[in-house]
Amino acid sequence: MSYVPRTRAARWLNARLPLPAVIHKTMTAPTPRNLNWMWVWGMVLLFCLLLQVVTGFVLAMHYTPQVDLAFDSVERIMRDVNGGFFLRYLHANGASLFFFAIYLHIGRGIFYGSHKAPREVTWLIGMTMFVLLMTTAFTGYVLPWGQMSYWAATVITGLFAAVPWIGDSLHAWILGGPSVGNATLNRFFVLHFMLPFVAVALSLLHIWSFHSTGNSNPSGVEPRRDEEGFARDTLPFWPYFVIKDLLALAVVLTAFFALTAFAPNLLGHAENYVPANPLVTPDHIQPEWYFLPFYAILRAFTADLWLVQAVSFVTVGQVDATLLGAVAMFGAMAVLLALPWLDRSPIRSGRYRPWFRAVFALLVADFLLLMWCGAQPATPLVAALSLGGTAVWFFIFLIALPLLPRFDRTEPLPSTIEAAE
Amino acid sequence: MAETDDTGGSRREFLFYATGCAGCVATGAAVLPLIDQANPAADTRALSSVTVDVSGVEPGQQITVQWQGKPVFIRRRTAAEIAAARAVPLSDLPDPVAENANLPPDAAATDAHRSLDPAGEWLVMLGVCTHLGCVPLGDEAGDFGGWFCPCHGSHYDTAGRIRRGPATENLHIPVAEFVDATTLRLGTEG
Repeated sequence: MSYVPRTRAARWLNARLPLPAVIHKTMTAPTPRNLNWMWVWGMVLLFCLLLQVVTGFVLAMHYTPQVDLAFDSVERIMRDVNGGFFLRYLHANGASLFFFAIYLHIGRGIFYGSHKAPREVTWLIGMTMFVLLMTTAFTGYVLPWGQMSYWAATVITGLFAAVPWIGDSLHAWILGGPSVGNATLNRFFVLHFMLPFVAVALSLLHIWSFHSTGNSNPSGVEPRRDEEGFARDTLPFWPYFVIKDLLALAVVLTAFFALTAFAPNLLGHAENYVPANPLVTPDHIQPEWYFLPFYAILRAFTADLWLVQAVSFVTVGQVDATLLGAVAMFGAMAVLLALPWLDRSPIRSGRYRPWFRAVFALLVADFLLLMWCGAQPATPLVAALSLGGTAVWFFIFLIALPLLPRFDRTEPLPSTIEAAE
Repeated sequence: MAETDDTGGSRREFLFYATGCAGCVATGAAVLPLIDQANPAADTRALSSVTVDVSGVEPGQQITVQWQGKPVFIRRRTAAEIAAARAVPLSDLPDPVAENANLPPDAAATDAHRSLDPAGEWLVMLGVCTHLGCVPLGDEAGDFGGWFCPCHGSHYDTAGRIRRGPATENLHIPVAEFVDATTLRLGTEG
């Protein structure tokens, strides 16, 4: 189905810049016909990016990144700017939708082996965008300059001070001063504004890369190569999958708008409506829900653990509990990034790997356990569960998934996508 | 010299590497100021010392001042607090060093090494929990009559030394000295 421009204007442009041909090729991309509902989150994520860029763009017109004015400028958006409260609630809850969708999107990729050859580059770009999203969400959370903003910034940037030797200089370089202050707020605002445009560029690369390899699909079997087989295994993106994705988006947005309109602060913390005060710490510091699993891993390492003491002894005190927690937190993301090289099973889809399905269920349960732990005050029970959850996380990625191909009793693969239905 | 005479390609190779080196130097020269701009600016560094009038602080009272954006606890301890801190054997302390910026880094965590004056009345410490940076509660809080961090439950004694909880170090003591009998300077002058 090669592109033939139909109008004079399209012919004129296409001869000079083949943009119409590129758009046509993207919209008619042959797509495996068996994609299930878990393949709709990409479109939801694209919508989230658009929503956040547009609402963020107009919010930035009313926001002042200065420590004495930031909190008041956000309150002015809430009270005085026309429709400002709704724009801000959309932006704040939009971040939650973003993470909700990206966790399901990543989970789908893990379960159906979407990261496996030849789609590793799509996966790497996607995981880069995930880290970018977390950075953007974190810098954005600091901007209202409430108590949670200030203390989240203090605790998280404090991790960099734990780096051996260069920690203190690195910490001051990130903050632009001895503690979180005006320089920090101003640069976080600039980063929060700029990084989404990097995400726009990366999402185009993400789409380009999976259009080069073709979509993965629930069976994990590639479409047949011969012309007739290929035609029977795939359908054009437009209209079949566009309409399907938009229907799913409509359902998701119904829930999203209900949340934003009727319970806009449900996922937030009242403490962040108290202006930042460097002299008083809130009783209970807790990040937004989407950071809780990683926060639990960060907190899991305390100085009284023998593991921490052993590592500290071996490294002559350079690695302490704080640094170990930070390393574990970043490590928990790094193992996700390395997944295509950790899960080496030639069978892509979890549908035909019974033992893998058990490991995947364990991973989901572990993620939810860590999320619960991150929200609790650090009692001994929660600390123990966090540590156990962290151990399970690394066990799954570093031991279970690499060894699983040796033991898994895989079921026979369908011969074609058509046969898989 | 015609091109064909340069059989070893040495001239072309030289130009290639020379251009490459010049490019690396130019990139480095461009990147360094871009990185350095993020370091604390001159006006931020100029705020590195403050003076505090402590003439109104009576024994048993504590004030909190802000220095470099961080809270600093200035406590004038009672005789009972000093005695309690001095009675603690060093072997009971999880962190054996004084964490006092005015002393060598390996100074032991005795009470004399924690207080600012020889009599042990003045205790000046950063109000930053050494665990995750929260501000501990003062005025004889916690199980050891000193400070207590509400975030994760670290207890500090009357000399600000960690006694129990997830924190690993004693509350840090900043560079501080009395410029006269009632004026305290925090940080290094200039």
